Amino acid sequence: MVAWSDQERSIITSIFSNLDYNDVGPKALIRCLIVYPWTQRYFASFGNLYNADAIKTNPNIQAHGTKVLHGLDRAVKNMDDIKTTYAELSVLHSEKLHVDPDNFKLLADCLTIVIAAKMGSGFTPEIQATFQKFLAVVVSALGKQYH
Amino acid sequence: MLSKKEKKLIKEMWERLTPVAEDIGSEALLRMFASYPGTKTYFSHLDISPGSAHLSSHGKKIVLAIAEGAKDISQLTVTLAPLQTLHAYQLRIDPTNFKLLSHCMLVTLACYLGSEFTPVAHAAMDKFLSAFAAVLSEKYR
Repeated sequence: MVAWSDQERSIITSIFSNLDYNDVGPKALIRCLIVYPWTQRYFASFGNLYNADAIKTNPNIQAHGTKVLHGLDRAVKNMDDIKTTYAELSVLHSEKLHVDPDNFKLLADCLTIVIAAKMGSGFTPEIQATFQKFLAVVVSALGKQYH
Repeated sequence: MLSKKEKKLIKEMWERLTPVAEDIGSEALLRMFASYPGTKTYFSHLDISPGSAHLSSHGKKIVLAIAEGAKDISQLTVTLAPLQTLHAYQLRIDPTNFKLLSHCMLVTLACYLGSEFTPVAHAAMDKFLSAFAAVLSEKYR
């Protein structure tokens, strides 16, 4: 079980309550596909991903990015038991989607950069550390059901 | 591998950041210490509290070395030769830590540059910092 201080909880809920999921989700996924191009292997059915512009304007990527952020929202609303909340998602990513769990960290890092660019100096070192702690728990929970 | 375009982009970005080397460098270090407390063990001989003179001068040193490397990326091994020796034989910082500082450098740049830190710029910067770290650890063994 992960321990969250009151301050950490409030930092996480505050960050997410100020996000437009339709904007940040796609931005993070797009960034991941551009910065770590090998992650494109999981999106072969999504259509044109041949260059940065194609990725940025791909409607399937847009929809999927938003979906991912809504998935994260579930973790924000269940911070005390992210592992159980994500059990099904973990099975899905392992058994059906066959995603290498190392990739979760890559997307998490890209989301951190997107939030940093959005919040500027408001994304202090302490807030960054809390946000990264949250994402590390999420990443761990997503990888839990792999076998 | 960095393309010609990426090398040019990196060179230009670090040229712009050189005047604020102290700010960027000390912020990146502070972020690293906050997220990865184990990294503080390498600085037990310095005062690394926010705003300290040690933090500023050390942050500036690091950013200026990176900016110097960015001027001619194809010559990284030559440019970094003295720093390679320093890190391998004296500092002996575990190279995993280079990844942690690189990540915090990217976060600092994102905060500083906002939407200007595009995915393409981010990709180029990540590649450059990885190459820099790899060259820096070449003399370790």
